[in-house]
Amino acid sequence: MRTPFLVSLVGKLGPSAWLALSGFMLLTLILIPASHLLLDDGHPLHISSYAITLMGKILCYAIVAVAMDLIWGYAGILSLGHGLFFALGGYAFGMYLMRQIGRDGSYQSDLPDFMVFLDWKEMPWFWWNSDSFGWAMFLVILVPGVLAWIFGYFAFRSRIKGVYFSIITQALTYAAMLLFFRNETGFGGNNGFTDFKRILGYDITSPGMRTILFCLSALLLVKVLLLSYVLVKSKFGRVLTAIRDAESRVMFIGYQPLHYKLFIWTLSAIICALAGALYVPQVGIINPSEMSPANSIEIAIWVAVGGRGTLIGPVIGTFIVNLAKSFFTVSFPEYWLFFLGFIFIGVTLFLPDGVVGLFRKLRSRFKKSATDVSVSHKEAA
Amino acid sequence: MSRIQRWIVFCLFVLGSNTVFAAPDSALLKQLASDDFDVRLAAITQLGSQEDPIAKRIIEALDQDTLAKSGDQLLIYDGEKAVDPVSGGNIAVIPANIENISLNNQLRQALDTAKASAKLFSTDRSTRFAAANQMRENAVESMLPILDKALATETDADIKQIIGLASARIRLTSTDPKQRLAAAKKLAESSDANVIALLQSRLDANTDSTATESDNEVRGEIALSLQSIKKRIKFAESVGTVFTGLSLGSILILAALGLAITYGVMGVINMAHGELLMVGAYATYVVQGVFRQHLPNFIDWYVIAAIPVAFFAAAMVGILIERTVIRHLYGRPLESLLATWGLSLVLIQAARVIFGPQNVELANPNWMSGGITLVGDVVLPWNRIVIVAFAAFVLVLIWLMMSRTRLGLFVRAVTQNRTMAGCVGVPTGRIDTLAFAIGSGVAGLGGCALSQIANVGPAMGQGYIVDAFMVVVVGGVGQLAGAVWAGMGLGLLTKFLEGWTGAVIAKIAVLIFIILFIQKRPQGLFALKGRFVDS
Repeated sequence: MRTPFLVSLVGKLGPSAWLALSGFMLLTLILIPASHLLLDDGHPLHISSYAITLMGKILCYAIVAVAMDLIWGYAGILSLGHGLFFALGGYAFGMYLMRQIGRDGSYQSDLPDFMVFLDWKEMPWFWWNSDSFGWAMFLVILVPGVLAWIFGYFAFRSRIKGVYFSIITQALTYAAMLLFFRNETGFGGNNGFTDFKRILGYDITSPGMRTILFCLSALLLVKVLLLSYVLVKSKFGRVLTAIRDAESRVMFIGYQPLHYKLFIWTLSAIICALAGALYVPQVGIINPSEMSPANSIEIAIWVAVGGRGTLIGPVIGTFIVNLAKSFFTVSFPEYWLFFLGFIFIGVTLFLPDGVVGLFRKLRSRFKKSATDVSVSHKEAA
Repeated sequence: MSRIQRWIVFCLFVLGSNTVFAAPDSALLKQLASDDFDVRLAAITQLGSQEDPIAKRIIEALDQDTLAKSGDQLLIYDGEKAVDPVSGGNIAVIPANIENISLNNQLRQALDTAKASAKLFSTDRSTRFAAANQMRENAVESMLPILDKALATETDADIKQIIGLASARIRLTSTDPKQRLAAAKKLAESSDANVIALLQSRLDANTDSTATESDNEVRGEIALSLQSIKKRIKFAESVGTVFTGLSLGSILILAALGLAITYGVMGVINMAHGELLMVGAYATYVVQGVFRQHLPNFIDWYVIAAIPVAFFAAAMVGILIERTVIRHLYGRPLESLLATWGLSLVLIQAARVIFGPQNVELANPNWMSGGITLVGDVVLPWNRIVIVAFAAFVLVLIWLMMSRTRLGLFVRAVTQNRTMAGCVGVPTGRIDTLAFAIGSGVAGLGGCALSQIANVGPAMGQGYIVDAFMVVVVGGVGQLAGAVWAGMGLGLLTKFLEGWTGAVIAKIAVLIFIILFIQKRPQGLFALKGRFVDS
């Protein structure tokens, strides 16, 4: 009989990993919500709604970073277009949020404001059923998934890889951005979707809803991390790593890399889309600039800063870069791009394995020097 | 306009066509002093049909805003002395309450036409040419005799053609069906979009029955002429599209040539390549500033001086990038991608800090402004023609360097097989640096060219890296010929698609085309020959 999934997972994850996970869940699911909801504004331990939104946002980014790490760190495919899937997920859920505004928009119409503004009389066909929450969630998964599958099929079938693949994904997200900038495309043009009022009938700006969205983001991150862990430790993950290191040899052994790459690519896109769907209600806006190539390439640097090929690395990297961004854009806005640019250069030149790699190196050096000491002791004796 | 006024205008026309060369009579002069705008308009038009010193003097005065009136009397008054427009002699006693006769836009237009009719007989060709063009759009029936006279004396074929068309346009509404027929035939040679509208209105059923052509034979002729004009304009437009496609292709080639070299030699995409274009453009801007400050007499030639400056500025930045970053990431192309992206962010921000976040203003030199008028509204601007020629020039230089020099030989050797090249003594490290410097320098040249047709700002290079890379992908890595064909092909394809789908859809269509193309030809149009093992 097969061992149940959870049992095998308990065995696979080491105690320190379980400790870290439980600590993270205690913090995000109990302590932070409690501090936000129960303590009053003046209390020193109170977490403001700005802070909880910021953290929720970064958690969504962290999910994207893990998805990116799955394909870049484990399959060696650098996508510079993951912002597209993130934004598509956001747009798919944004459609539902727009419909939830109902007649409370500035034109008091059943149609979203931008359609009234464009003088459209009825919704385009792709807005069909957009007021259903279930359909919205279905679209969040379906649209990016199908797009990623089609694109990936053509790209991987002709064995486009390396920088070729990266640039083409960048061109893809760039083209999509141009498309969404057009008013005629039917997604609000360059203003995108904003002014959301509620989800499932509940006020979207209430502290309770904020906390729920924050907790959902944390939960999704944990789930994605566990799923990724299982994936990369499985035989599937081994094959994937082998493809990353020597694709031709894997083919000669008799594997078809196409299926492996296509699966992980599509999965990664869907994870991004889910993160996007959670991101939009928290920040309250989605517009085509989310698809800009610069945004997508920033995802790669989160992963690189944290450390590729590790699962905790991307999460750490996301927090480092985004907290730095929040700090810089408030205090020294003109130096943020310099700083970001030098992170790109510095990390690739001096920290190829990111912060996690640095930590590991330091630890092993520490251990080695410790053993060296004992050896010299023995010799002396 | 009241009925009486309309009648007056009509009378003036009839009068004008009968007494063309007669001196302006006092009635006409009175009209000029009238308070009614339409009456004045008719009077000015009338003056244009007359060819005598008095009319000329009045027109001149009108043009210089010196024509004035005192009560009913017309006089030319420039603030010091008053002249009688009819005799040309000074008026001894300057009357009181002089009121200037002012012009609005429509009157000025009529005045220009009136002036043009006099200039039709100028000895200077370009004056006559401009006058004929003015007549083409604005001539009215009363000017027919002048046009015919000019047609008889004119020797220049181009001007003759324009005047002929102008007179045909007027004759199209003549009462004589024979004249109308001849006019319709003549207008077939026109290539003016306005003429299409004019001819079409003769065929359409109008509320005013005189505006519709009644004669069947003339109707047939008009339809034929319409067809041939439309055909000619369509042809001119497609020539225009081909030309804009060529100029876009040239820009793409200039952007992609450098990338083709650096990517070919090192297998590294320099994401800061677009910023090297930006460096070249800003170098041009600086040279322009230096010329404005120190050599204002030679300002027209600053672009020429900027070419080497742009090349070396970009090459220096390129060497810096290669030595400090790319060299250390050898064999890790994806990391180089990220690092050079970081470099591009730094360069953009540096440009923002140094030159300010706004676009800087670069002026076209005089010899690059204007253009060749092809047909009708289709103009080939000089700056784009120069850029096409410049791209060809750079291309020849690079080709010579790659095929005729030792450096070029080494670059090709390293592109084909780095290890073997190293084994036979090619200093691959130095070749890397030199190739990168040249590739960057070419990007700088591209920026210099771009500065003449596009906005120069800190983020100007961002849009070009993807396009340039697409050209390299389609053309084949490390292939100059490939870059040329792919650049031209993509330029033309984009412009033709833009014609009927709009810019955004065209961009997406080209992208899809490229993805499908790579399915068929993964190595690009021109694959390197030889055996390769993918690493």
